[in-house]
Amino acid sequence: MSEKKQIQVPVMADLAARGETPEVLFWVGCAGAFDDRYKNVTRAFVRILEHVGTKYAVLGMEETCTGDPAKRAGNEFLFQMQAMTNIATFDGYGVKTIVTACPHCFNTIKNEYPALGGNYEVIHHSTFLQNLINEGKVKIAGGGEFKGKRITFHDSCYLGRANNIYEAPREVLAALDADLVEMKRSRANGLCCGAGGAQMWKEPEPGNKDINVERAEEAIGTGATIIASACPFCMTMMADGVKSQNKEDSVQVFDIAELIAQAEGINA
Amino acid sequence: MLVALVGIGLFVWQIRKIVRNINMGRDKTISGNVSERINTLLLVAFGQQKMFKRPLPAVLHLFVYIGFIVINVELIEILIDGVFGTHRILGVLGPVYSVLMAINEVLGLLVIIACVIFLARRNLTKVPRLTRGPEMRAWPKMDANVILITEIVLMLALFAFNIADQKLAQLGGHQLPGAFPVSGLMVDLFGSDVNTLQVIATVGWWVHIVGILAFMNYLPSSKHFHIITSFPNVYYSKLEPKGQFSNVESITHEIKAMLDPSYVVPPAPEGADPQKFGAKDVEDLTWKQLLDSYTCTECGRCTSVCPANLTGKLLSPRKIVMDTRDRMEEKGESPLIFDPAKYTEESERVKATEERTLLRGYVTPEELWACTTCNACVESCPVNINQLSTIIDLRRYLVLEESAAPASLNTMFNNIENNGAPWAFSPSDRFNWADDLYTGSKN
Repeated sequence: MSEKKQIQVPVMADLAARGETPEVLFWVGCAGAFDDRYKNVTRAFVRILEHVGTKYAVLGMEETCTGDPAKRAGNEFLFQMQAMTNIATFDGYGVKTIVTACPHCFNTIKNEYPALGGNYEVIHHSTFLQNLINEGKVKIAGGGEFKGKRITFHDSCYLGRANNIYEAPREVLAALDADLVEMKRSRANGLCCGAGGAQMWKEPEPGNKDINVERAEEAIGTGATIIASACPFCMTMMADGVKSQNKEDSVQVFDIAELIAQAEGINA
Repeated sequence: MLVALVGIGLFVWQIRKIVRNINMGRDKTISGNVSERINTLLLVAFGQQKMFKRPLPAVLHLFVYIGFIVINVELIEILIDGVFGTHRILGVLGPVYSVLMAINEVLGLLVIIACVIFLARRNLTKVPRLTRGPEMRAWPKMDANVILITEIVLMLALFAFNIADQKLAQLGGHQLPGAFPVSGLMVDLFGSDVNTLQVIATVGWWVHIVGILAFMNYLPSSKHFHIITSFPNVYYSKLEPKGQFSNVESITHEIKAMLDPSYVVPPAPEGADPQKFGAKDVEDLTWKQLLDSYTCTECGRCTSVCPANLTGKLLSPRKIVMDTRDRMEEKGESPLIFDPAKYTEESERVKATEERTLLRGYVTPEELWACTTCNACVESCPVNINQLSTIIDLRRYLVLEESAAPASLNTMFNNIENNGAPWAFSPSDRFNWADDLYTGSKN
């Protein structure tokens, strides 16, 4: 029988008031905080953090956009304003390590904040989950409910090509003992979901097809029943692409953290 | 001797023009990490690592590349023979010479085979990335064919010279230094008339040497210039993660001064113009971005993997790189043969609005806004061109200098400024996801 336990998510300001410092700051990101679908990923990741006993905290209301979409769209001024605000917050709490489930936040904080004076160890949740599995903290005895299911992983550009992280999410999925299949365009040759570069916030330019439809067709073509992703924008784009093919009943899109939490039996 | 001097002199004169063009770009210090740079140079430039993502063209290109390097040893001999009136002077190397000549001949044959297949791919099977796209106008198409045909002619001239030279030696009853596994099979091809053979040998020799000098002077007008520029371009390629976009330092100073009135902005270097934000024209790009465009082989790998291009949008990363070069030569100096003013096909090109600059005159905002910044183009480029950095600099000009972002992006900017998120959500709802959060356990 499963029993439910309520989680009080620790907030940085409260910890600081008590003179405590967490091991890691979990950076939720705007999608993780506001997007109805991606809030599930945030919750799943928090369940995992609680499950393994990581000392973590979130910024709560103090979080604000990293500036990624502004920078990709060419608005360097707005980006730097956001970055400096966030750096001041991080440094105010003495933050050293940051984990996030968003490859765009990850890339921006890790690679672009140092030039503005913000130096932190930044970990994407795929690498974080991989470490938990390697350390035996997440066991998923027997692979859990995804054993033998056909899963294909869609590479996020800002995780893959942008930061050369291709294996971590795949090793996380390997723990599910599922039937992992690759799309023809994968890893360094992966096809973008269409949302990067601030496309998420605008209509596509005129063309003959939407990029996410092209990618969803490729994913569906593998015969997978689950498309795994590790990025909030990829998740939206792939889910919409699957819907455009009227396949939403047979093909589902999940984040790797959701799959792990589900397989570990800690979803509630 | 005279021919060689004129050929080399002209080439140097053209190189100086190109160096001046590249120097139109902004200064940017790219230094450090020498060992990593040399490693990249050896793998990507000398080792052609990134070509091997597509094995067939990679192997064929490898033949032409090695052929070019090895056959140049024979070129040294031809130049010495020509200047000093000697005959096969390197024959003194004995067995080494034989091995060299043998390798030369085999490679020469492979170069011909590769070039014939390349011609077929461009003109018969019409491989899409080599033939399609608005940037593949008449000049780039002709340029590719000129290069391939010239290479075939140069190789044929070399074989003709070797065949006639061997037959002449045979008729004269002496042994020619060297080994000739290919032309040796065709010794009797041109008959045994001494006069005819002498003419063929002389013509073959001259066609090869004059051809090479002429070809060298054609390079600066051609995509074939990559045989020189790809090495420095790869050496100076970006080593940081691909997701890391450049920081605009002048903005950093401005914001710091805004937040802290006591912050002292470091003075700009003497005589420097106040910098625009982003790039409107070629001189707003860095010298590396301009070198990129002189390194482009117009192979179209970038465009063929671009998600925007694949789904019918106007964006083609290759076009942006080629446009940069055309605009640079229009504004700066043009090489000997290619004069953009002469070859620009206005009807196919976007008409300049009021001024002819790289932005709008060549590259339209529609192309720039189609980019997803996915880095597929950068990943695919065999000579480490960074197409994305140019796209972003042009976007920066549109947004920061012209406030010309699409309306929906302006909404996104406003949301970030006002609510701290790119969507119109209230900041007070940011932590709602943690309400009523439960965890389960298996037992």
